[in-house]
Amino acid sequence: MKTLTVSVVTPDGPVLEESYDMVSVRAEGGELGILPGHIPLVAPLTISAVRLKKQGNTDYVAVSGGFLEVRPDQVTILAQAAENPSDIDVDRAEAAKQRAEERLNETKSEEIDFTRAKLALQRATNRLEVVNNK
Amino acid sequence: MASLRDLKARISSTSNTKQITKAMEMVSASKLNKAEDNAKAFVPYMKKIQEVVASIATGNIDVDHPMLISRPVKKTGYIVITSDRGLAGPYNTNVLRKLYQTIEERHQSKDEYVIIPIGKVGRDFCKKRDLPIAHEVTGLPDQPSFAEIKDIANYAVNLFADEEVDELNLFYNHFISAISQEVTETKVLPLNDIDVGEKQSSMYEYEPNQEQILETLLPQYAESLVYGALLDGKASEHASRMTAMRNATDNAEDIIDELTLSYNRARQAAITQEISEIVSGAAALE
Repeated sequence: MKTLTVSVVTPDGPVLEESYDMVSVRAEGGELGILPGHIPLVAPLTISAVRLKKQGNTDYVAVSGGFLEVRPDQVTILAQAAENPSDIDVDRAEAAKQRAEERLNETKSEEIDFTRAKLALQRATNRLEVVNNK
Repeated sequence: MASLRDLKARISSTSNTKQITKAMEMVSASKLNKAEDNAKAFVPYMKKIQEVVASIATGNIDVDHPMLISRPVKKTGYIVITSDRGLAGPYNTNVLRKLYQTIEERHQSKDEYVIIPIGKVGRDFCKKRDLPIAHEVTGLPDQPSFAEIKDIANYAVNLFADEEVDELNLFYNHFISAISQEVTETKVLPLNDIDVGEKQSSMYEYEPNQEQILETLLPQYAESLVYGALLDGKASEHASRMTAMRNATDNAEDIIDELTLSYNRARQAAITQEISEIVSGAAALE
């Protein structure tokens, strides 16, 4: 069976490079499932978990936005931050979540801070979800 | 001639200095290794993002995005990468001199440019000369992660996006090898001369559309340019400091050699004098 080579790269170095049967991501336009032989595609991703399927097993990677680049036999995910479940610092994510929630309650008025806190909250929840899915 | 005691004191203080510079050299060497690894880890990301940007920008002439268009330049932004600490040889001086010269050449008044210094040395330089500072960043770690510099990169890119500045240039020391670094000026924004490299044959589908992709891709690209320069600058800083410290250690060794020679000479002179005193004392007794 054909497989896809998936690589996840961040500015701090590659996070993952392996073959998988299928990749599911949450792009800004909605869910995308990619199988081998897909046409070349570029799509921006939301802060979400990338699901990588291999022989019935599913691996998760948390990405904080970024891009998906698809070629027929290769998928590259370019993100400013991405983590494998084992690399996620749960305590830190919990703390970040709490902090973001507090800030959301405080600064409803200022728009920039609000968006920032909201994004921080999304990243933290995403990380926690990925850890729990493991 | 200096006394024996003075010479001895100077020898021991010089060898203390030598120990310190030697230690600093070794610290810098190991930091340089790490910095080089970081720069290497960043390469695949940069390459990939460049590839995608280039394929979008070249494949579609009708694509419009404020970051791709050059506006008439009314105000220029300069990002200068310096270190927080000194003792790095000509590292800071070179880049600051180049910046100063460029500004003198290109601009008549202070309204025409704004500087974003990274590192204490650069900040102090600008403050002392009363140059306009938009934002300053100090206390970056030796091995900066992307998250730590994201804010500053983001700030600079927004400066351009909000039309505060119409051009964004970056001054930093480009790392060539452990003994040679070169001051480089690169233009970050507008992105009108993207290095296309090899022509990509595969054309992409865009989901949902090109405009939206560029919307997120271009700021990310510009931020990675800044981050890349910073990694490069850090590697240069450590290399430069390592070389400076090695020279200092060598110099200290030379000085110690010379001082030891004088010390031995003085010691010998003292012994000779003592003997001749004893001999002449004995002769007077006879």
